[in-house]
Amino acid sequence: MTITGIAAIGAGLAAIGAGMGIGRIGGSAMEAMARQPEIQGKIQTSALILAAFVEAVALFGVVVALLQG
Amino acid sequence: MNLSAIRTLFLGIFLVTSFASYSQNESSALEETLLEENEKENKFDPKSMIMHHVKDAYGFHIIDIGEKKYSISLPIILWTDNGLTTFMSSAFDHDYYGNVVVESNGGKFVNYKEKIYQLNPGEDTLVKGEDGYPANTTKPLDISITKNVFMMWVSMLVLFLIFIGAARKYKKSENFIPKGIASFVEPLVLFIRDEVAIPMIGEKKYARYMPYLLTVFFFIWLNNIFGLIPIINGANLTGNIAFTLTMATFTFIITTFSGNKSYWKHIFWMPGVPVPMKIFLMPIEIVGMFTKPISLMIRLFANITAGHIIILALMSLIFIFNTVAIAPVSVAFSLFIIVIEIVVTAIQAYIFTILSALYFGMATEEHEHH
Repeated sequence: MTITGIAAIGAGLAAIGAGMGIGRIGGSAMEAMARQPEIQGKIQTSALILAAFVEAVALFGVVVALLQG
Repeated sequence: MNLSAIRTLFLGIFLVTSFASYSQNESSALEETLLEENEKENKFDPKSMIMHHVKDAYGFHIIDIGEKKYSISLPIILWTDNGLTTFMSSAFDHDYYGNVVVESNGGKFVNYKEKIYQLNPGEDTLVKGEDGYPANTTKPLDISITKNVFMMWVSMLVLFLIFIGAARKYKKSENFIPKGIASFVEPLVLFIRDEVAIPMIGEKKYARYMPYLLTVFFFIWLNNIFGLIPIINGANLTGNIAFTLTMATFTFIITTFSGNKSYWKHIFWMPGVPVPMKIFLMPIEIVGMFTKPISLMIRLFANITAGHIIILALMSLIFIFNTVAIAPVSVAFSLFIIVIEIVVTAIQAYIFTILSALYFGMATEEHEHH
């Protein structure tokens, strides 16, 4: 396996991490919205921001993989 | 996911990688021969095609019909030893492998992989070194109007027209009732004010930051949308790391200069914790000061670039399998991705704006008590 293949696996691992993180954020946000529909807007905003934070870490991994690959 | 599942996952990965590294030499030798074959037969190479389309270029290459190439050429402006050198990018005749040599103002120039190199005096052709980069050249200072620069100016003009138009409508109308283009702009401006600026920065201080937040939001959004228009070859401006670096630097500068006493105190001497912890937290907080704009930069760059790469990769499938049968699948999937990308254009502009506002809010926050 070349360095490109390892970089691809790294990008995949980053995607798994981000998927778990965003999945948990989304699930919890949905649950919270179902419990308290009146603050739906606020929950949506903070869920999006948190998703962006999680995603940024995954994208660091993707960028490193892109530079290697 | 429970712990044993994660353990199984990692075990699997280690098994795969160890097995794969066993056959490393064989596969890399195979790859080299494949690459050589590719160059010989001029086969389709998706990686170089995708990278070429994601990168900046010296002109809008629109379409090839038969042997004829249709494109919009843009001016190339270089600062060399002989002073300012300008010529149109059409002089290269769509060549970006360094084959066509252009003579201008006493210098010889080639375009190698969308970068302009000046041949050393006395040289006539480009010679590549062992590392694959040009060996007998120097790089002049390049201030060309590339397609990214061109699209940036176009988007500036469009924004200018939209907002001047909206302002005129307000001036004419009585009671400040929005009409025409103003009724399109007003909800967006109000959204940034009521959902982004006021919650993040606070009722008292938000007004100072509104011009910057609005500029960032509309500029990034519009450029994200321009990047998706296929006919202008996707001038991938927000997927250019230099552009996002500039935007993130503006946010960093504004955050740093609007930081109040308590902001700096929280960085250098965290209140409310014991002294050893204060010393321990100081370097972490200083690094945190820089990682915030860096994550802004990479988030926008990587999101937009990844979107473009996915669309181009799906299109490449047709040429990789070399059959028309795969085309409906490929087109359907890329249509789906493009629809997602249209949503992403707005979300990324919103995220950049809201995070900038969050950082401004952190810098100007008043702490009552500890």
